Amino acid sequence: MPELQDTNTEIFGNPKSYNKPVKDIEEKWKLVPAFLKVKGLVKQHIDSFNYFINVEIKKIVEANCKVTCDADPLFYIKYTNVHVGTPVVDEGFNMIKPTTPHDCRLRDMTYSAPISVDIEYTRGTQRVAKSGLLIGRMPIMLKSSNCVLSNKSEYELAKMNECPLDPGGYFIVKGQEKVILIQEQLSRNRMLVEEGKWGIQCQVTSSTHEKKSRTVVFVKGNKYYMTHNIFTDAIPISIVFKAIDILSDKEICELIGVPDIHKLTPTLEECHKLKIYTQEAALRYLGGKIMTKRYSVSASKVKTPMDEARDLLATTVLAHIPVDEFDFHLKAVYLGLMVKRVIQAQTDKKFLDDRDYYGNKRMELAGSLISLMFEDVFKRFNYDLKSIAEKTIPKIRATQFDVVKYMRPELITNCLVFAISTGNWTIKRFRMERLGVTQVLSRLSYISALGMMTRVNSQFESTRKVSGPRSLQPSQWGMLCPSDTPEGEACGLVKNLALMTHITTDVDEYPIIRLARNSGMEDIGMVASIALHSPQAFIVFLNGNILGVTTYYKRLIHVFRLMRRKGKISNYVSIYPSFLHKCIYISSDGGRLCRPYIIVEKGIPLVNQHHIIELEKGIRGFQDFLHDGLIEFLDVNEENDSFIACYEKDVGPETTHLEIAPFTLLGVCAGLVPYPHHNQSPRNTYQCAMGKQAMGTIGYNQRNRMDTLLYNLVYPQAPLCTTKSIELTNFDKLPAGQNATIAVMSYSGYDIEDALILNKASIDRGFGRCLVYRNSKCIMKRYPNQTYDRIQGPMIDTQTNQSMWKHKCLDNDGIASPGELVENKQTLVNKSVPSVSVVPGTTPNTTVEYKDTPLSYRNVEPSYVEKVLVSTNEEDTTLIKILLRQTRKPEIGDKFSSRHGQKGVVGLIVEQEDMPFNEYGICPDIVMNPHGYPSRMTVGKLLELLSGKAASVEGKFHYGTAFGGSKVEDVGEELIKHGYHYQGKDVFYSGITGEPLQAYIYSGPVYYQKLKHMVQDKIHARARGPRAVLTRQPTEGRSRDGGLRLGEMERDCLIGYGASLMLVERLMVSSDQCDVDVCNQCGRLGYCGWCNGCKSSAKVSSITMPYACKLLLTELQAMNITARLTLTNYCK
Amino acid sequence: MDNINEEKPRLILREHDIIENNSRISTVFDNQFDVKSFKKKFQIVIVRHDQTDMEFDLIGIHPSLVNCFRRLILSEVQTMAIDKVHVLNNTSIMQDEILAHRLGLIPLKADPRLFETKCDSKAAPDEKDTLEFELKIKCSNNKDSSKKESSRAEDMYKNSNVYSKHIKWVPIGGQKSKFKENEVGPIHSDILITKMRPGHELDLKLFAFKSNGKDHAKFSPVATVFYRLLPDIRLVKPVEGEAALRLQKCFSPGVITVKKDGDKQYAVLNENQARYDMSSRNVFRYEDLIDSVVMSKVHDHFIFTIESVGALPPEAIFREAVTILKDKCSSLLTELSSIM
Repeated sequence: MPELQDTNTEIFGNPKSYNKPVKDIEEKWKLVPAFLKVKGLVKQHIDSFNYFINVEIKKIVEANCKVTCDADPLFYIKYTNVHVGTPVVDEGFNMIKPTTPHDCRLRDMTYSAPISVDIEYTRGTQRVAKSGLLIGRMPIMLKSSNCVLSNKSEYELAKMNECPLDPGGYFIVKGQEKVILIQEQLSRNRMLVEEGKWGIQCQVTSSTHEKKSRTVVFVKGNKYYMTHNIFTDAIPISIVFKAIDILSDKEICELIGVPDIHKLTPTLEECHKLKIYTQEAALRYLGGKIMTKRYSVSASKVKTPMDEARDLLATTVLAHIPVDEFDFHLKAVYLGLMVKRVIQAQTDKKFLDDRDYYGNKRMELAGSLISLMFEDVFKRFNYDLKSIAEKTIPKIRATQFDVVKYMRPELITNCLVFAISTGNWTIKRFRMERLGVTQVLSRLSYISALGMMTRVNSQFESTRKVSGPRSLQPSQWGMLCPSDTPEGEACGLVKNLALMTHITTDVDEYPIIRLARNSGMEDIGMVASIALHSPQAFIVFLNGNILGVTTYYKRLIHVFRLMRRKGKISNYVSIYPSFLHKCIYISSDGGRLCRPYIIVEKGIPLVNQHHIIELEKGIRGFQDFLHDGLIEFLDVNEENDSFIACYEKDVGPETTHLEIAPFTLLGVCAGLVPYPHHNQSPRNTYQCAMGKQAMGTIGYNQRNRMDTLLYNLVYPQAPLCTTKSIELTNFDKLPAGQNATIAVMSYSGYDIEDALILNKASIDRGFGRCLVYRNSKCIMKRYPNQTYDRIQGPMIDTQTNQSMWKHKCLDNDGIASPGELVENKQTLVNKSVPSVSVVPGTTPNTTVEYKDTPLSYRNVEPSYVEKVLVSTNEEDTTLIKILLRQTRKPEIGDKFSSRHGQKGVVGLIVEQEDMPFNEYGICPDIVMNPHGYPSRMTVGKLLELLSGKAASVEGKFHYGTAFGGSKVEDVGEELIKHGYHYQGKDVFYSGITGEPLQAYIYSGPVYYQKLKHMVQDKIHARARGPRAVLTRQPTEGRSRDGGLRLGEMERDCLIGYGASLMLVERLMVSSDQCDVDVCNQCGRLGYCGWCNGCKSSAKVSSITMPYACKLLLTELQAMNITARLTLTNYCK
Repeated sequence: MDNINEEKPRLILREHDIIENNSRISTVFDNQFDVKSFKKKFQIVIVRHDQTDMEFDLIGIHPSLVNCFRRLILSEVQTMAIDKVHVLNNTSIMQDEILAHRLGLIPLKADPRLFETKCDSKAAPDEKDTLEFELKIKCSNNKDSSKKESSRAEDMYKNSNVYSKHIKWVPIGGQKSKFKENEVGPIHSDILITKMRPGHELDLKLFAFKSNGKDHAKFSPVATVFYRLLPDIRLVKPVEGEAALRLQKCFSPGVITVKKDGDKQYAVLNENQARYDMSSRNVFRYEDLIDSVVMSKVHDHFIFTIESVGALPPEAIFREAVTILKDKCSSLLTELSSIM
């Protein structure tokens, strides 16, 4: 059939070309910056908060919109609208001014906006409407839709003293920057089958706005039970079915839909044993099992246990399943399915769910956490109004009761501020109490702030020794960074988002339900129980609720994906089939992790070179790619139903998606590491932790900030060997490190154990020089008795007519002046407080006594005063902040690190003439011991050095991007071009002997970070010093100038060695030696050679003992226990 | 390789290390130092010499002596540098210490030989040991209407960049008659000190003293000073064809030329150009070329390079170093004689 073949080639092309791999889409990584331009690195926080203040808060108010009271049936308040404004600050005297975040930071205020409501209420018999009523203040997330920084140009941001590169996404509460960490938790409203206490169990944590409850179906022996925390006992499942109006055993079996009915017989028998045949009987049985409530409800509301059981079944058991007019059909189907899952899992282990699987996880973000808190406090607010109304309306008063006067905005304001500033999330209606939800944004470096915004906190307790939740889950590929996790306690529990991860917000369900119905899904109400479990039927779930049944699952999925790609439904709706469960799951809920992929159809990626060129030209944006259906977001669950190719060469006919850029699977911190794919994996993890301690720049506004502690590098540099992630996260604009020329060789023996040798000339020229800023602040209080704190000018020595030494740096106003050098114990603010607090009401004493309470500088190393801020805070009290500055050169013991988890302290600082030099006259800045390499296996560092060297001779930046970057061959070629050895090894001459070194030295620039641990902050020694009052032992800790402890183990050494006099000296003489008088007759302690017990001085002798021992004896005595000492002569 | 062994002593650059070719032959290292024979053998050839840079060969000398000069130049030859800054006003964004540090690193033209080392750092500035400068500058909006439209900082503001040329010399005592301004001020007029914006102001008094590189790198008279051993490259086997071109690329330009003889190409060593090879040893990349070339270095032939910062001409720096060594030796001798 030659003809047919010809037409075939005409239509389908040459069959030989089928096997050709897909052509690479060059520069497709440029989609990543396009994505970040739209989404930003902290978009998840901002999106979620925007959703809350624009949508969810309205829903909450709507759901709790009516307040009535029992005292007056006419009385009501109805909220008609709610609105969150833009941030303002109340300056007192009803002056309200718009504010900026930086203002709030400096003045220790809260960056918050008023929440105003429109209400309708009754005053007497009148109906009154009022709008714009303040009910509280909402802390506003920076860069959210209500923030003054949103959609501002770089110039406008600079005008507001804000860094244009700052990601936003945090709050400013009382001047502190607070982040609400992303909380990871198990997905709610989903069935989870796992091995429980008694065996297989299927649990569902239902969560609605009102209720949160957990329902468990489990198997015990051969019977199936249900437990729920409102019932005291486990309840046989058949009784539950009967109570929800499924009376016949046949129907129960149909709902459960297990072919093997014998499994259910023991359960069904239970009913007959207990003689429960009707719904009433079942409800009565359940009524008896209800947990008795702690508080009693008013008599009128008492229901019969039967009614109560019915109510609870409708509202609390499986609360997320709606029950209309006591129509329990949906709930029965759901419960049946739960039992089915348990039965299936009993026979086949693969039906067990994985709790650590990321498809079963949801991220809780700032928006949803604040919404929980707001709803709780709003309910409390309404409850308070109601109780006030109930109390005041019956009273006969001159003026009419006007509820508006009782609306105090402080309740909501304080609750939100308290929650964010302490991180204690207490929500009464869910009995939820979480600690450490918020953290202070770490501003050590730009990266540490950024890293904090992408942090994911797991709810799992860190004390339990289970490896499951801590280990790397395959499903976190591309969603969470595999490298960035702390070591030790929180290892694997605290994670970080990858570069392109997006977290969804809630999407309206209604259009999705309609779409499902229109694409061949039978509504669950229309389906007979028997048809549910037929072999062709797929049950359709939407966010954990059963929606219906379909036999054409392929069509349903196809339609949904098509609609999503066309933009008819939200991009973040996911749909995927589970052939194991025979279910279709559609999710539109918030908190799912998802990331974008290029769509591949029929083996060809939809994005082609043309699109990328358009993107480069700026004609196309990331949104256009989404709109045109070239790219789509997949969540973890849908990812598992897709066939994703990492590179173009892997694309085959079955491929559905193509990865945009492989380096995006790493997070922000791991993105700094050049060539991370050449390193041993723990090294990348170490660098992730250390990158956050590196000092450098923290933002363009760093000089305007007045933080408690701030580290800056004097001459920060962008790394020569950079990565794509570095450019995307703007690390090259706000760097934290310097390109140091290193020579990998041994030098002098001061370089063992990772110590570094530093070139003194480099230090002289500014290498590793850093600035440390610290602030001191004090507030000037006013007291109710008309007295207030005051500041006085410096004390003048009458003889020399100059300020006394302590007040040397004070200006005439009594505050240290900028530019002055302050030394230890000098005064910064000469403040004094009134000593006597006069009782309010009495006439204030005309001459108020003042006590000096100066704010003094406490640090052995002097500082310069950088600037002084005098302002007022929110309570309208004067606030004085003084910024102090130190400039530090690197010294022996300061910690440095490269970007490969290779930290080391400075072991020796060497004069330039002693340093080795090469034929070009180059002296290294750092000499590093080669022993750092073999065991650490940080090949990435070797490569960094090589490409850094090539970059510096070529005059460009080299890339060390993960899974890519400049290749060694190309780099070597470039070195050869400039006359260097292709492996980066040069001839060096010893600076000491002057002769050439026998070996060639591997040398070139490596990016080094100076870490915040500096000797100056840790150095501590003491000869004599303060002692604790009670024990007379030396105090503890550097800050209290404490002694160095000779601990237990050191003591053991001395004992083992037998150095007894040394022991006595260390433990007693140098510590709390004390001479006591002991009476030989009674064995008790005396004093001044006199025994008060024996009333004699005859047998009193004086011995030395630790004061702690003497203290013990006297304390025992105080408890009526006499310890008697028996003394013998040592020489006998 | 054998024929090289028999010749002069050489350091041979092998793929992974440097070895001596024949330790039996006595070299300068083994000889007892003898002034007469040293004088006879020692030779200085100046190769390149201009205002700041100088390259010369020291032939027939022990490395420790060469190294000694290098070390002395780096750390003991004295120059003048700004060491004390009185900040009368500084409203720029640069911190006082950082500003002072930057000012200190600016090389000064002043000839250090005309000054004395200041003994007491607290003493009042003296014309013999101190140079005083002044940096008084204020940034303001540029009123010049011709550049109204421009948004470049240089056009919008006056004095937005502070350069070293803004440093003004303030003569102390009789210095005015002794020196001219361009003889003592910064060598380069375009060193950026700091950037300012309208309202920023600097009013500084700068004091320059004489000291050496041991104290601080800014007192070092050179950018760097170093030496290398003279390379000696031998073609052992003829290299022809494409390999010749490859071989040429393995060395610094000019070391090897490829000559054409009809349609045959072959590599030729440029005898006197070998000194410019920077020991990149890239020959070792090619298996076939390894045996055809031997790279080595001459033991006692040093190519010494001085890159002066500009205060002193390079030859003067070297002379200073020699003087210092001489002084050190004579003081050692007097010390020794006082003991004995």
